[in-house]
Amino acid sequence: MSMAHQITAGFMPLFDSAVLVAAAEMGFAAREGIALKLQRESSWANIRDRIAIGHFDVAHMLGPMPLACSLGLTPLASDTIVPFSLGLGGNCVTVSNAVWEGMAAHGAEPDLDPAGAGAALGALIRERAVAGREPLRFAVVHPHSGHNYELRYWLAACGVDPTRDIEIVIVPPPFMADALAAGRIDGYCVGEPWNSAAIAAGTGHIVTVKALLWRNSPEKVIGARKAWAEAQPDALAALLRALHHAARWCQTQENRDDLAALMAQPAFLGQKAALQMPALTGRLQLGGGAERSVEDFFLPFDKAANFPWKSHALWFYTQMVRWGQLRHTPENLAIARDCYRPDLYRAALKPLGVALPGANAKVEGALKVATPVGSAGASLVLGPDGFFDGQIFDPDRIDAYIAGQKRT
Amino acid sequence: MAAGSLTILVIDENRIRASIIEAGLRDAGHRHVTVVHDVAGIARRIAEIEPDVIVIDLENPNRDMLENMFQLTRAVKRPIAMFVDRSDQASIEAAVDAGVSAYVVDGLKKERIKPILDMAISRFNAFSRMARELEEARSELENRKVIDRAKGILMKSRGLSEEAAYALLRKTAMNQNRKIADIAQSLVTAAGLLGPPEGE
Repeated sequence: MSMAHQITAGFMPLFDSAVLVAAAEMGFAAREGIALKLQRESSWANIRDRIAIGHFDVAHMLGPMPLACSLGLTPLASDTIVPFSLGLGGNCVTVSNAVWEGMAAHGAEPDLDPAGAGAALGALIRERAVAGREPLRFAVVHPHSGHNYELRYWLAACGVDPTRDIEIVIVPPPFMADALAAGRIDGYCVGEPWNSAAIAAGTGHIVTVKALLWRNSPEKVIGARKAWAEAQPDALAALLRALHHAARWCQTQENRDDLAALMAQPAFLGQKAALQMPALTGRLQLGGGAERSVEDFFLPFDKAANFPWKSHALWFYTQMVRWGQLRHTPENLAIARDCYRPDLYRAALKPLGVALPGANAKVEGALKVATPVGSAGASLVLGPDGFFDGQIFDPDRIDAYIAGQKRT
Repeated sequence: MAAGSLTILVIDENRIRASIIEAGLRDAGHRHVTVVHDVAGIARRIAEIEPDVIVIDLENPNRDMLENMFQLTRAVKRPIAMFVDRSDQASIEAAVDAGVSAYVVDGLKKERIKPILDMAISRFNAFSRMARELEEARSELENRKVIDRAKGILMKSRGLSEEAAYALLRKTAMNQNRKIADIAQSLVTAAGLLGPPEGE
C-alpha cells in the first residue's frame, strides 16, 4: 500500500521512545496514511545534526533540546518546534553502593523521598569536603536535558551547589550503569531502563525519582524541523494523531507485556523485557532488596501527558539561565515561548473529539491533587504538578522566578 | 601558512578507519596528527595537544560528552564551531552522509579546513564501501553454512543424497519465490523447535 506521507524519525534507545516506536510498529502510523521510518541513533548530537540537514523530519528529543537548537546554543542549530510531548516523568537518580552507604549513615531511608535523600547526600558531600576528599562525580545525559536541570534543582534545594560541590559530567545513557560499576562516576540521573540496569547488576541504589522531584513533569518530546512542519502541515497533523493513538495504547495496562516485548527487541532497546517493567508499572527495585511503587512514575498518555505546555518549555528556559547556559533577554524569552506549539497539537487532535486543555500554559506547582479541568470536548484530568520543595513556577512571572533562583 | 602547521586530532574507535584517515592527512602534508581510539582521559589529551581541528566519527556515542567538554573547556583553545561555515550546506551534508564530523577552533579560515574535511569525507566513504563489501562476503559465508546445515537435516531425516537435498531446497525456494538461504534458515529453525536437541 502506498502511503500519503513519508516521515523519517530518529530516536535514542530509551524507554520513553515507546510512543514513537509503537506508532511505527503497531500500525498507528500506517492507519493515518504514514510510512513512518525509524532510525536509531547513538548520540543526541547526531539527532540534532540529522534534523538540521533534513535526514530526519522529526525525532525523539530531550525536552530542552529544541529550545537549545532554536536559541542557537549548539553547533549546527536549526529552528525546531515541539508539537507533542512523549510523556511525563520516567527518570531516576542512582548512586553507587558506596555513596548509598554514606548517605544511609547520614540518615537516608530507601523511600525515594527527595528531601530526605538530598539532606543525607548533602551531609555526605560536606563530610567528604572536610576530609579533603575529591568531590563526587555525577553524570547526566546532556547539558540541555531535564536530567541535568532536575539533578541541579534537587541538589541546590538541598543546600548543595551543583557547580562547586560536585562535578557533573556527560555520559551516554547505555553506558551509565557500567561507568557506575567501574567507579568512573558516583551517581547519575537517567531515564529507564538504565537505572534498573544498575539495580539488576547490584552496583547501585535508586535514591529518588523525577516523578517526586517535580510531579508530572516533562521529559522527552517530538522535535520537528520547523521548515518541514510548515511545508508539510498535513503530514505533521497525521503524525500527531498516530502518536496520540500510540500513546493511548502504551498507557493501557493490558498492553504492558506487548509493549515491554516490543521495546526489548534488538532494534529498539535490546534489553530484557523484564527490565522494561519498572518504567511501565512504577514498581521500582531500589537496590538492596528495597522496593517502592511510585505513582505516575512514567506517563506516556494520561494526565494530558502529550500536551506541549509552554510552561514546561519556559521552566527549562529559566534553568538554562540559572546555570549560565543562556542570557535572559526579551528576544531569548520570545524564542523559548514560541518553541512549544500547543496550537499545532490542538489543531491536529480536534477532529478526534478528545479532551484538550484550553490553556497553553499553567502555573507549575499549583495543582496539589489530580484535578479535572475545563477542556474542549470530553473531560480531562491533570495530575498534581508540584515541585518537592513547594516552589511555584508562574510562567507569567518569569523575571521574578529567575531573580529568585539561587545556585544553592 | 603551510598545511602541516595545523594540529589535528582524530577521534575514532575504529582503528582501521582511523589509520586510513591519519595516512591521508600525512599524505596531504599534515605533520601534527594525533589519533585517539578511546575517549577515556580525552580532556587531558586535548589540553596537551591543543588541536585546531578535531575529526570525529558520528557513530561515537560520546559526541554529547565531547561537545559539552568543548563548550566548558576554557584552558585550551575552544573548538566551538562544527565545520567552519554554516553556509557551506553541501559540505555539511556530505560529511554527515559519510558519517564524520569536525570541530574547529574559532577564527580558522574555511580554505584551510575544507581540504581536511574533504579528505576525511572521501576516506570515510571509501572505508564504508570496504566494510560493505566485507559484510556481503561475510553474509555469503553465513548463508552457505546454514544451507549446509539444512541439507544435513534433510539428508538425515528423509534419507536424501546431498544433491537431492540441495535440489529440494532450491525447488522449494523457487516455488515460494524466496531465497534458498531463507528456506534453509526456516528449516533449521523448525528442526530446532520440533526435533530432539541437535547437540550443537
